[in-house]
Amino acid sequence: MSAISVGETATTAARPLHGVAAQFGTVDELMRAAERVKAAGYTRTDAYTPFPVEGLDEALGMRPTRIGWIVLAAGLAGGLGGFFMQWWANTTYFPLIIGGKPLNSWPNWIVVTFECTILAAAFTAGLVMIFRNGMPRAYHPIFNLPGFEQASRDKFFIAIEAADPQFDLRRTTAFLQSLAPERVTEVEA
Amino acid sequence: MYLVSVVHLITTGIGIFGNNIPVAWAMPIVNFVWWIGIGHAGTLISAALLLFRQPWRTTINRFAEAMTIFAVVCAGLYPILHLGRPWVFYWLLPYPNTFGLFPQFRSPLDWDLFAIGTYASVSVLFWFIGLIPDLAALRDRAPTAFQRILYSVLCLGWTGSAKAWQRYQRAYLLIAALSFPLVLSVHSTIAMDFAVAQVPGWNNTIMPPYFVAGAVFAGFAMVLILAVPLRRAFGLEKLITMRHLDNAAKLMLATGMVVVYGYLIEIFIAWYSGVEFERYMIWNRLFGQHAQFFWALILCNFVAIQPLWFRRVRQSPLALFVISLIVSVGMWLERFVIIIVSLTKDFLPSSWGDYISTFWDWALYLGSFGLFSTLFFLFIRLLPSIATAETKETLHHYEHHKLDPLEEIRESYFAEVKA
Repeated sequence: MSAISVGETATTAARPLHGVAAQFGTVDELMRAAERVKAAGYTRTDAYTPFPVEGLDEALGMRPTRIGWIVLAAGLAGGLGGFFMQWWANTTYFPLIIGGKPLNSWPNWIVVTFECTILAAAFTAGLVMIFRNGMPRAYHPIFNLPGFEQASRDKFFIAIEAADPQFDLRRTTAFLQSLAPERVTEVEA
Repeated sequence: MYLVSVVHLITTGIGIFGNNIPVAWAMPIVNFVWWIGIGHAGTLISAALLLFRQPWRTTINRFAEAMTIFAVVCAGLYPILHLGRPWVFYWLLPYPNTFGLFPQFRSPLDWDLFAIGTYASVSVLFWFIGLIPDLAALRDRAPTAFQRILYSVLCLGWTGSAKAWQRYQRAYLLIAALSFPLVLSVHSTIAMDFAVAQVPGWNNTIMPPYFVAGAVFAGFAMVLILAVPLRRAFGLEKLITMRHLDNAAKLMLATGMVVVYGYLIEIFIAWYSGVEFERYMIWNRLFGQHAQFFWALILCNFVAIQPLWFRRVRQSPLALFVISLIVSVGMWLERFVIIIVSLTKDFLPSSWGDYISTFWDWALYLGSFGLFSTLFFLFIRLLPSIATAETKETLHHYEHHKLDPLEEIRESYFAEVKA
């Protein structure tokens, strides 16, 4: 694997730096590198891949997502909200006897309750995912990386951000070079 | 045609339809149930097969989801247009209004609104979330600035970061898990529009599961109707393989037999219940004035699917295409028989009636095909009709674990990579 640095210290030193990124050609190389990045103690890291890579989040030391709990709460809230909206409308706000049924004819309300549960939970799942990922977003420093358009096709990237407490441009670049990547590039902020 | 029909309907009123008393529900409702049934296979392929970890789904789920959304659009407009005053359809929603009123939550028609509204919006959400990574890929290889900007906006600035993928996968799985019961609930709710009424032939507890099976049956027929020409026209034989068609055909056969079981049980229960009106309804359905529709239905939905037991038939795209067309007609007839034939002769002979459809019934129906195909062609033209990120993941998975149930996909992928 040829290791060529295309980062030019002269131009990048003038501008703030987002971090340093290494490009890999296969998932296996990426996973090995991710393990070593974590082992080296870097915490402000991220990887960019064209498809979800199983175990990559753990390899980089990311915590599991809590989205499931949020969705559970939203679903319960939606269901209860839906049910009591009907309960309130039919028993308290505008009591009206229909078809000889009791005012609190709850079996009639199950369908709407169920649909409200699903609606609230599904949209919470989608929107929480989008907003927690910082989307919609017009700009991200990683887009400055030359060749990053490959990240949606068939290349894999690991970035160590300048905000990492261990970050040091020269040492971090050298460290990433040692992981046998296709190339290492500095990323402008 | 759709536009003309809709304008004529709104300006003139629903008197242009052949509906009458006692046949107050007629072709618009038949077509509505037919379209929404078609939509169901899309969600089922996407959500249920994802949950059951059937990776072969990845190449067909995208267009199946699109089919769902467009079918629901066609379906959802029917009850709204059927309201009589369609411009006030929002009266069905519980919103704070100056009348100080709430909708009637005890009515199945309001259940319908909630079920279909939820179904349509969750389907769009699921489809869009699935599209995000593929839109990002399109952004990255867009040839013109306009396309790059368009797809950049649509993909919301997706980067493909590991943390983003982690949340993405969890959210996608959760929405799939929520969609699965949702699909089942939607057609059950529609079935309850009928089952809750007292009309003989409608008031059956079997309606919800039987409607769901019918929906999946019709939906897979539509998947095949769309998939066979699509794979041919775009050379996707390596991605939408014979295995997909074979599986869809098997599911069609299985759900078709469930539907046939439903027909038999309806007849049995009518006899077993001892209710005079139920018995008469079945007699009327089988041998009455409109009996030809029932026997055509049996021909389409029972006789026509029997060749699917044979592997050779399931391996022939042409045969599958023809059978699927017949099944679609059959499912339309089924709703016609249930809704209209049941209504013509219900309780008192003095209030029996008959039904004759009008030009505008058919114009609106044919127009809805136009709406569906316009949306579908736009989708094929503008958006990735194969879920590429998921397909890559599946490929990687098989490469990695040296399994090869998707031999054909792998070969074509590597052929493309080398080229």
